[in-house]
Amino acid sequence: MSRKIIDGMPAPALGASLLKGLILLLICTVVIVPFVGIISTSVASPEQVTKAGGFVLFPDSIQWSAYASVLSGGVVTRSLFVSAGITVVGTLLSLTVTSMLGWALSRRSMVGNKFMIMLVLFSLLFTPGMIPTYLMVKQLGMLDSYWALIVPTMVSGFNVIVMRSFFSGIPTELIDAARIDGAGEWQIFRRIALPLSKAVMAVIGLFYAVGYWNSFFNAMLYLSDSAKWPLQLVLRTYVVNGTQLGDSDLGSLDAVMPPEPSIQMAILVIAIVPILLVYPFLQKHFAKGVLTGAVKG
Amino acid sequence: MSLTKIRPSPPLETMKDPSPRPTLSLWERIKRDKLLLAFALPGIILILIFQYIPLLGNVIAFQDYQPFLGIMHSRWSGFDNFSVIFNGDPAFLNALKNTLIITALQAVFVFPAPILIALLLNSLLSNKIRQIVQSILYLPHFLSWVIVVAVFQQILGGSGMINNYLRANGHDTLSIIGNSELFTTVITSQVIWKDTGWATILFLAALAQIDRSLYEASAVDGASRWRQTWHITLPGLRSIIILLFILKLGDSLTVGFEQLVLQQQAVGLGVSEVLDTYVFNNGIIGGAWGVAAAVGLVKGLVSVVLVLAANKLAHFFGEEGVYKS
Repeated sequence: MSRKIIDGMPAPALGASLLKGLILLLICTVVIVPFVGIISTSVASPEQVTKAGGFVLFPDSIQWSAYASVLSGGVVTRSLFVSAGITVVGTLLSLTVTSMLGWALSRRSMVGNKFMIMLVLFSLLFTPGMIPTYLMVKQLGMLDSYWALIVPTMVSGFNVIVMRSFFSGIPTELIDAARIDGAGEWQIFRRIALPLSKAVMAVIGLFYAVGYWNSFFNAMLYLSDSAKWPLQLVLRTYVVNGTQLGDSDLGSLDAVMPPEPSIQMAILVIAIVPILLVYPFLQKHFAKGVLTGAVKG
Repeated sequence: MSLTKIRPSPPLETMKDPSPRPTLSLWERIKRDKLLLAFALPGIILILIFQYIPLLGNVIAFQDYQPFLGIMHSRWSGFDNFSVIFNGDPAFLNALKNTLIITALQAVFVFPAPILIALLLNSLLSNKIRQIVQSILYLPHFLSWVIVVAVFQQILGGSGMINNYLRANGHDTLSIIGNSELFTTVITSQVIWKDTGWATILFLAALAQIDRSLYEASAVDGASRWRQTWHITLPGLRSIIILLFILKLGDSLTVGFEQLVLQQQAVGLGVSEVLDTYVFNNGIIGGAWGVAAAVGLVKGLVSVVLVLAANKLAHFFGEEGVYKS
């Protein structure tokens, strides 16, 4: 065996390397092409879209008319605001409640600490079922209210556990020192725990934000008033189910309406772009978050 | 306000020797920790309200539940609601059958996919290429099911990319989306497209933990890459594979609810109804609350039993499993 050894493995034969490269290229293409197609179609000229029969991979020119008509008021614009509002408010509330619970659970001396940890861990093992949860939301009078999209999913036990493992890593000496200097619990949390946990807060915040932005089933379940629909539900109606957006559903725009596929793609892109914007950050930290939870949880 | 000048330090003697702590009564401890308890309270209340109390709501499985009467005043009906399960109502059996088919397909096609890709990525020599490929493959995981389903329609649907290409070149078009015969294939591919990349993370982490010296020693002994994969890499992944398979087994009655609800209209319930959509369609849409809750309850109980059984099996094979009793 005379082949070179790299990093403990025999150097691969040329043919094997080529095959591997080809397979990876193929896999990446399958993931990437749909994105390219959607973005291209949303900005392609109406003539090209009509000629291609609906799906363009390489646009001849770039036009923003589809975006202009969806974003000029009307159903899509409103749902965009609803989604953004729910994501922002929900994420802030989730972060507040989760970090406070995580912090309390990380303080072993607290009375009832073990019991509460068990309560959280155990809740990860089962889901109470769709019907009982629906009845609970109904009982609380949250049907047809935006709160139904936030409150039931506000605390994720998994995130609480991740937060707790992080806070547990803060040296007790630091907390004791602060207490000796006369700091109360609130100040220890505000001035020691929070500043140390900016990174983990950002990660968990993104976990929650992506969840709120992407959720559509809760809206379908709890909101019957279509004026309150978030973007994902609008996406379902007009793109997945193919209901046509009429003139009345779009804002008042003098120009001719762009072809249906462009409009659909533009809505899709609007739903995807926020995810793409936070993706580099997500990718860097999510993997870590997943592993922390898996190892320490 | 700075930390240092809020309050005078406590007298020295209380700090010097804290070891023989006076035992506090429960009430005194609660009073001492009242602020921390207040921190925990909102989260704990939410978990109780949306995780634990709804469990009690499952009693409507034993009721002829009427929304206007509520849980307190609806008539008790014993095990009547469970008759769809025990007497084999055709719609229920169909949902059960589809659930099991989809689970089986996922165990065979979806489960091994990330292992293969992780092995492929792990065998790459260039870290840079590996990172680029990873960033591409993780992306679909963060898209909602609505987007994924829409993307599939745009590519494979009647006026999608592939059919446009076929039409333009004078071929017959393919009916893929909305074709009930291909439905299970389509949804299996969707799951693979969305989550395979992301699922490689755990396997890659396990691969990184394998001792490099094993590879070096075997290479000196003349082992080929294939033999290294078979005798070093795969045994190194054994624990994580078994762990994830147990979790999957526990979930085997739960198959892509959001994904299926989105696509039921196009293909009909015959191939797309699974247990979760059965609960949704009959309970929340159809108003058969008791029956839906009964099916949901049995499903939940069977899932717990499955996880426990799979865990026992893992112990039997000398693995740790999810927990150790």
